Amino acid sequence: MSKRPTNVDTVSDAIANDKEQPWKELGLKQDEYQEIKTILGRRPTSSELAMYSVMWSEHCSYKSSKIYLRQFGEKVTPEMKKDLMVGMGENAGVVDIGEGLAVTFKVESHNHPSYIEPFQGAATGVGGIVRDILTMGARPIAVMDQLRFGAPSDPDTARVVHGVTSGISFYGNCLGLPNIGGETVFDKVYQGNPLVNALAVGVMKHEDLKLAKASNPGDLVILFGARTGGDGIGGVSVLASETFDSTGPTRRPAVQVGDPFAEKVLIECCLELFYAGVVAGIQDLGGAGISCATSELASNGGKGMKVQLQNVLLRDDSLTPEEILMSESQERMMAIVPTKDLKAFEAIVTKWEVEYSVLGEVIDEDRLYINWGEQEIVNVPPRTVAHDGPVYHRPVEYPKYQDALNANSSSSLPRATTPAELAKQIMAIVVSPNQADKSWITAQYDRYVMGNTALSMPDDAGMIRVSEETGLGITLATDANGKYCQLDPYHGAQLALAEAYRNVAVTGAKPKAVTNCLNFGSPENPGVMWQFKQATAGLADACLELGIPVTGGNVSFYNQTGDVAIYPTPVVGVLGVIDNVARRIPSGWQDEGNNIYLLGTTKDELDGSAWAETIHQHLGGKPPVVELAAEKKLADLIHGAAIQGMIEAAHDISEGGLAIAVVEAALRFNVGARIWLDEVLERDDLDLTAALFSESQARVIVSVGREDDVKFQSLCEARGVPVLRIGVTDKASGSIEIKELATFELNEVREGWAKTLPELFG
Amino acid sequence: MKIGVITYPGTLDDRDAQRAIRLAGGTPVPLWHADGDIKKVDAVVLPGGFSYGDYLRCGAIAAQAPATQEVVRLAAQGLPVLGICNGFQILVESRLLPGGLIRNEHQHFICRDQRIRVENTNTAWTNLFEQDEEITIPLKNAEGGYIASAETLKMLEAENRVVFRYLDINPNGSMNDIAGLTNERGNVVGLMPHPEHATEAGFGPDTDIATRSGVDGLKFFQSVLKALVNA
Repeated sequence: MSKRPTNVDTVSDAIANDKEQPWKELGLKQDEYQEIKTILGRRPTSSELAMYSVMWSEHCSYKSSKIYLRQFGEKVTPEMKKDLMVGMGENAGVVDIGEGLAVTFKVESHNHPSYIEPFQGAATGVGGIVRDILTMGARPIAVMDQLRFGAPSDPDTARVVHGVTSGISFYGNCLGLPNIGGETVFDKVYQGNPLVNALAVGVMKHEDLKLAKASNPGDLVILFGARTGGDGIGGVSVLASETFDSTGPTRRPAVQVGDPFAEKVLIECCLELFYAGVVAGIQDLGGAGISCATSELASNGGKGMKVQLQNVLLRDDSLTPEEILMSESQERMMAIVPTKDLKAFEAIVTKWEVEYSVLGEVIDEDRLYINWGEQEIVNVPPRTVAHDGPVYHRPVEYPKYQDALNANSSSSLPRATTPAELAKQIMAIVVSPNQADKSWITAQYDRYVMGNTALSMPDDAGMIRVSEETGLGITLATDANGKYCQLDPYHGAQLALAEAYRNVAVTGAKPKAVTNCLNFGSPENPGVMWQFKQATAGLADACLELGIPVTGGNVSFYNQTGDVAIYPTPVVGVLGVIDNVARRIPSGWQDEGNNIYLLGTTKDELDGSAWAETIHQHLGGKPPVVELAAEKKLADLIHGAAIQGMIEAAHDISEGGLAIAVVEAALRFNVGARIWLDEVLERDDLDLTAALFSESQARVIVSVGREDDVKFQSLCEARGVPVLRIGVTDKASGSIEIKELATFELNEVREGWAKTLPELFG
Repeated sequence: MKIGVITYPGTLDDRDAQRAIRLAGGTPVPLWHADGDIKKVDAVVLPGGFSYGDYLRCGAIAAQAPATQEVVRLAAQGLPVLGICNGFQILVESRLLPGGLIRNEHQHFICRDQRIRVENTNTAWTNLFEQDEEITIPLKNAEGGYIASAETLKMLEAENRVVFRYLDINPNGSMNDIAGLTNERGNVVGLMPHPEHATEAGFGPDTDIATRSGVDGLKFFQSVLKALVNA
C-alpha cells in the first residue's frame, strides 16, 4: 500500500492564504524570504521554500564569495583564454590539450560531512566530484585528495583519519579510478574542522563536450541512476550554513550514503549514452538534488520545464514532495533526451540495469512547474532559483591579531650551533607527521587501475597518459599552505599556486590551467572575509602573471568552531600538459654519479616553515617572498631540458627546505648522495640553518648525467636561472653525506620516516 | 590467438587486461557477463574489480553469471583461464580453485609493488618463467587473505599447485604465503597480484633501472599464447 503523502501545500493554497513559514529554520534570512515573496507575488509553497532555501544557501549560491570570484574571469588575457573551452560557472572547466582532446578537472570540498561521518563524508565527496566531471561528457581518469586533519596527538584525530582514508579507499578504488596524489597535513587548527577536498579529472574528445542545458522544448526530462531516498535531506543548507557547536543536535542523518558500485555502472552507462548521442543536456544530482538539477538545466537553457514529481522512483514512498526535492541521494543523474532518442536511451540504461523514469519535458516558457499528481506545488521562474540568488557584500576587516602575528618573526628563535644539533633537527623534521612517509594512507588507494599512471605519489605530481597512440599526457598537482596564508593570505594563496605550478613543471610538463578549493572560516566574521578577499585577489593576480587561467573551483565557508576559524586554506590545483609521458621526470635519484644541482637562490626565510613549527612550535612573521617571474623561468628551463632528455630527476623544494628535498630524492629509489653546501652558503650569504631549512621559492634540485654538465649549466645561464652544483649521487654508499655536517644512513632515515604514521594510526 | 576478457558490472581492470593481451601479441575479445556465448575464444581472463559491487562475498554473484558458467564448463575441457584478484575470487567461488579469500588481516585495502616467487612453471600461464623466478607484480586488494583447510593446504603443497608465493612480506595474511594457485590440470590459474599492471614499460612497478619500468607480468600472457600454439 502506498504511503504517499496527499496533504501537500499547493500553489493555490499559497495564493489563497499567507501563513507562518519556517524560513529561518531552513537557513534563510528575513530579507531573503521577503525577496522570494516579491519574486512570486505571494508566499512560496513549502516545496518552493525548500527549493529556494537550499539553492540560496551559501554552498549552492556562493552568495558571500561571488563578488570576489568574478576576478578569476576578469583578470585574464586573450592568450590565457585561448585553450579554455568552458570556463567558470559550469560543473567543471574544460581545457583543450591538443590532438582533438580536452580535459576537465575540478576540486571540491566535503569538509563538514567528513567530520560528522568521516567514512561516508569522504566517500561521497569522491562520488560527487567524479559526477561533476562525468557531467561534462568526459571519462573520469583519476582522482586526488587534499586532506587536513587535527593534531596527531588528539584522541579524535584517529577517528577522522581512519574514516576519511577508508572512505576514499572504499569509494575511489571501487570506481576504478587511479588515485595519483594529494596532500596530507596535520595541524591542531583543523581539529574540529578537518578539510576533505577531492579532485577529479576527466578526458573527452572535443565533440563529446556536454553542457547542463535544457534548450529544446519537447525534450524529455529523465532521472536515472539510484532511487531517491531520505538521505542527505537538507544536508547542503544545514551542513554548509551552520557552524558546529557542542550544544546542537546530532546531524548524522544529514550525511549522504554512497554506493560506488552504482556510480561505476552509472559512469559506464552515461559514457555509452554520450557516445550514442542520445543526450542533449545532462546534470548530476549533488547538493540540492532535484531542486538544483531542474532549475539549473532550465535556467542554463533559457527555457522552462514541466515535471511530475510523483514519477520519481523512490526508496521510501512516504517521502514528502519537499523531501524529494531536497534529497541528496547519491549516484543519480538527470538527462535531457529528445523524444526520438528515448528508445535508444532505454536500450542503453536497460543494458546496464540502471533504473530511470521520465519526469517531464522542456517547455518554451520561462517557468518551472512541478506537480504532485494533479496538484501544482511549484511554479517559479527557474533563473530566480538557480542563478539570481542573493549577493552579499559582507563586512571586511583587517584582523586585530594580524600585526602582532607578522611582527613575531622567527628571526629571534635560537639556531643550532653544532653539526650534531643540525643533524638532529633534520631527522626531527623528517619524522614529523607532516613530512613523514604518507604511504600508510596512499597504499590504501589503487594507483594502477586503467594502466595509464605515469607518475603518482610520492612523486611531486600525478601524471596520466591520455593517448596511447601518441603518449600525450596530463600532470596534476595541488598545494596549499595554511600557515603561510594565516601570515599573509594574499601572498599565501600565491605561494600555493607557485608550488603547484612548480610541482607540475618538475615532471617535465607545461602548466596550463588552474582550479581551486577555497576553505575558510565563517564569512560572517569580517576578519575571515578579509582573508578571503586577500586570498582571491592574490590568486587571481598570480594566475594573470603566470598566464594560466582559473577554470573553476569551489568555496567552503564556515570551517570554524565557535570563534576559532581554520587557517585560510586555498587549495590550488594546476593542470599541466606533456606531449609524451615517456619524457616524464621522476622525483628521485636512480643513477650512479649524476651531478646534483640546486636551481634558484636561497634567502633566510624561516617564518612559517616546517623548521619553525617542528623545532620551535612557532608560527609568526611573513611567509617566503613570492617569485613568480623566477618560477616561470624555472618551469621553462625544466621543460626545455626535459625535451632534450637532460634531466634524470627533479624535485621541488618546499616545506622543510633543501634538507627535506634531498632526503626525499634519496629515499624515492634508495639512492644516496654526497652533498656540499659551502658554495651555497657563500653565494647566498647564509648560515647552515637557512641553507638547510629555508623555504625560499622558485627552487628545485635536479640531477643530470655527468656528460651533460657543461651543456646543462650553460642552458641555465642562458635562461637566467641561478645554478649551483651541490652534490653527486652515490648508489653504493647507501647514505646521504652532507659534507662537514653529518652522514645519514638511508636505512635508518627510512625507518624513522616510514614508521611515524603507522605508529600514530596503525 | 583470441583471448576473452569478461566484463561484469563493477569490473575495473578489463581494459588493462585487454591491453596486456595485445602487448603480448594476442587478440583480446571483450566478453559480457550476461552473455553465455563466449565467442569461441582460445583462453579467458577474469579481470580485477568489484563485480556486482562485491556486496555478497567477493566474486560470489559473478560466479553465477552466464559467461562464468560457460567458462567453468569449458575449463573442465582444458580452456586456459586466468583469474586476477576479483577474478581469482570468482574462480574460488566457482569451485574451479579450492579455498577462500577473506578480508586482509590488517583490515585495509593495500596497493603495493609485491615481490612473488613463481613456484610452478608447468601451467598454461607460467610456462615462460624460470622455476623459482622472483618477479614484481602490483598487488591491490582488500580481500586477498587466502584460507583453506589443513587438508587442502597439504594437498596443494603436495601437488605443487601453489604457483605463486609472496616474498618479503605477506601483505594480507594469506596462509602459507600463497599468492596464487592452479588446478590439477594446470589450465586454470588464479592470483591476487595484477600481472596486467606490469606489462608496459613506463606504467608498471618501479625497478632498480628506471621508474615504473617493470614488465614481469608480460610473461603470463606470452605463456598462454605459447601453450595455445603448442596445444
